[in-house]
Amino acid sequence: MAQDNSEIRYLTPPTVEIKKKKYCRFRKSRIRYIDYKDPEFLKKFLNEQGKILPRRLTGTSLKFQRKTAVAIKRARHLALLPYVTDMLK
Amino acid sequence: MLNQYETVFIATPVLSDSQMKEAVAKVKKIITDSKGEIVYEEDWGLKKLAYPIQKKSTGFYHLIEFRAEPDLIAKLETEYRRDERILRFLTMKMEKYAVVYAEKKRAKKREDQKQEKE
Repeated sequence: MAQDNSEIRYLTPPTVEIKKKKYCRFRKSRIRYIDYKDPEFLKKFLNEQGKILPRRLTGTSLKFQRKTAVAIKRARHLALLPYVTDMLK
Repeated sequence: MLNQYETVFIATPVLSDSQMKEAVAKVKKIITDSKGEIVYEEDWGLKKLAYPIQKKSTGFYHLIEFRAEPDLIAKLETEYRRDERILRFLTMKMEKYAVVYAEKKRAKKREDQKQEKE
């Protein structure tokens, strides 16, 4: 069985994802305070299971990542956002 | 030294409207009794909860922004815990950017209402 895998030839070479320069959306759009009361905005920082996305994916700076984390946890406390879910989007 | 606070609480959906108003009035009385000053109040009404709390899946949300002495908060929270109509509450001290944000949001809301009237 193992030999078959090695014989697989890629028709098209696997494309290397081009590195998109990530920027912190808060610094760019001068947002100063992240409100925990509007879940729609906070959902941008959650994945399908409702977990908080890491900085390397969202590209936010450390200061605002902490603020969003606090806001998300407050929203979860108030049941505006679920702790765990599937197909959140 | 008066700080600005923001408190949101969820009341059980099983309440009738009058009981809901009475619960809100009780909270406001606590704030205004000890020289607190209510800046803004907003009722989100019945909303679906993201997960069931005490076997209930909806709740009355209510938001109150107020200025008060720091020692009032401990009293307010014991009242919340004592009152079984309130499922969950969150009080938060508003830093300066939060105050600016809230002002802007209220101003925008007032303009929207004005446009609707015209």
